[in-house]
Amino acid sequence: MLTENWTSLTPDEKLEIRFDKWMNPEGVKFPPEAEKAFKERTRIIKDAVQLKKPSRIPVCPMMGFYPIFYGGVTAEDAMYDYEKLGQALKKYHQDFQPDCLASSFLYGPGKIFELLDYKLYKWPGHGTNINTPYQCWEDEYMKADEYDLMINDPSNYWMKVYLPRIFGALEPWKNMAPFTDLVELPFVGASLIPVGIPDVQEAFKKYLEAGQLAMEWIQAIGAIDGETLSTVGTPLILGGFSKAPFDTLGDTMRGTQPLMLDLFRRPEKVKEAMETLIPLHIEMGVRTATANNCPFVFMPLHKGADGFMSNKQYAEFYWPQLKAVILGLIDEGLVPLVFAEGGYNQRLEFLADPDIPEGKTLWFFDTTDMEKVKETLHGKSCFAGNVPVSLFKAGTPEQIDDYVKNLIEKVGQDGGFILSNGAVLDDAHAENLKAMFEAGKKYSP
Amino acid sequence: MQEQLYNAIVEMKEDEALALAREELEGGRDPLELVDLFRKAVEEVGDRYEKGEYFLPELMMTGQIMDQLAEMTKDKLKDEYEDSGKTRGKVLIGTVKDDIHDIGKNIVRFMLDANGFEVKDLGVDIAPEKFIEEAKQFEPQVVGLSALLTLAFDPMKDTVEAFEKAGLRNKIKIMVGGAPVDDKVCEYTGADAWGKDAVEAVSLAKKWVGGA
Repeated sequence: MLTENWTSLTPDEKLEIRFDKWMNPEGVKFPPEAEKAFKERTRIIKDAVQLKKPSRIPVCPMMGFYPIFYGGVTAEDAMYDYEKLGQALKKYHQDFQPDCLASSFLYGPGKIFELLDYKLYKWPGHGTNINTPYQCWEDEYMKADEYDLMINDPSNYWMKVYLPRIFGALEPWKNMAPFTDLVELPFVGASLIPVGIPDVQEAFKKYLEAGQLAMEWIQAIGAIDGETLSTVGTPLILGGFSKAPFDTLGDTMRGTQPLMLDLFRRPEKVKEAMETLIPLHIEMGVRTATANNCPFVFMPLHKGADGFMSNKQYAEFYWPQLKAVILGLIDEGLVPLVFAEGGYNQRLEFLADPDIPEGKTLWFFDTTDMEKVKETLHGKSCFAGNVPVSLFKAGTPEQIDDYVKNLIEKVGQDGGFILSNGAVLDDAHAENLKAMFEAGKKYSP
Repeated sequence: MQEQLYNAIVEMKEDEALALAREELEGGRDPLELVDLFRKAVEEVGDRYEKGEYFLPELMMTGQIMDQLAEMTKDKLKDEYEDSGKTRGKVLIGTVKDDIHDIGKNIVRFMLDANGFEVKDLGVDIAPEKFIEEAKQFEPQVVGLSALLTLAFDPMKDTVEAFEKAGLRNKIKIMVGGAPVDDKVCEYTGADAWGKDAVEAVSLAKKWVGGA
């Protein structure tokens, strides 16, 4: 709750308060230049999101590990050595002057992953080479016969089944008793017995140690992002985090293939599980965005893209649940920043859903046809995109300039548009990235 | 009965397909007789995918049904494919070094398979040397390189160059694919062509082995 009367406010009032906090961050001491840049950047982003014509088109790239490599640091160091991470990010922000922050949050504390024996990802130096970003290692971390367990008591499922599988160090947690046992005096002692098992004690020691590492990490990266924000004047837009329920099941729980098979074998269970996830995903988005004083909730979309399923399947298994999360966030005065990775040409009609209020969402597109995007979303939602990642690596500054010129001519004349790259950027030539920023300014109406 | 079995497969009725196949076999049907029906059913699924009626879930489901049927017919399905000499051509595929994504690659494998190609799938994170070593043994006409990361453009390029160095480049055609791949990337890697999806991968392979 950001104000005393929070629960009695309308979504629009809540949104205004969130924007205000984001545009006027407490306790930040800006030098005059940086303050001016910060005010301009937050204003043009807000204008674009609210479907107005900003004084210039914001240029908000979606960064992967590019800033790290640009700063001459290995991907592994970025995840372990916060000083090097800070140096690389500082250089990137100072040299490119982007309109949004490439947050140090993204690179994650490798020490924690190592300590807890994290199995869900392979990361630089630990399964991928020291200069390859972390990648998800799909497996059936949730088994086909576990839907009911998950649906009936998700937190218990996470603690006793899911976490022991994805963190080797927490494997003994499978012995834990559910917290919901703790309802009367005689159950207290019994419920704590498993905690006394030596293996469980060991797991908790690691967990506590991980907590200390997390504190070390947040202090270090908080300082990095705080310094960038105050010296370069770049606002955070990836403030909160949430997901589409289908992706949660498909990316890191059931795995893509098992989930696709579940659509035929146990479709009702899939839907029930997603219903369980909806309120959890809304709460996660609200909490994380609020903690970061940011009105935006980042939602990267994966398994509903073109080719992954039919529109009929999308209408049944993907969109209604994603829409519920989007609406839940909007209701709390937040702007879902939805990143449609891959192609979304077949899905655009869904995004124009009349139940979603105008000017309350921000859609980033990757390989989707931006003219079709404009036709469908103009006047409904701000949209961003989509300079192809291939051009940053295999193209020339002139080709980037041409692409941006054409893009802005076709879709960027009437406001409600943010310039960005398509897929998340890891590999690029600096002059090509510079060309995108310059072209964005040059051709901005 | 056979038509029912065919329909059960192409309509994704897994339990029914398996039950009918079991019934046929228990009734004394020679497993080899069913193999042709299975192949036709898979072709139909492939056709529906090409027409945009079927997507990833149906391809994956068909793969599952076929695996179980193959088990039931004691691998006659597989033997028949290999012994018949009817394969359209050989394709070697894999996700290039440093990239461990495989969903796209697996669809391409399925579609090539459904179209009568003999496919050898090396898996993910495959080094250029491994591609060369396998190509020497398998002798494919076509090599397919897959990637999702932009950082995999260089490994793709390295792999194409490795074929050059090994003296194999003029004996094979190389296609590249994956979400960030486009004509720019194709040119950069030195591959012969790129495809935006599995349907394009199949038409490229058909074009190259002369079976269009």
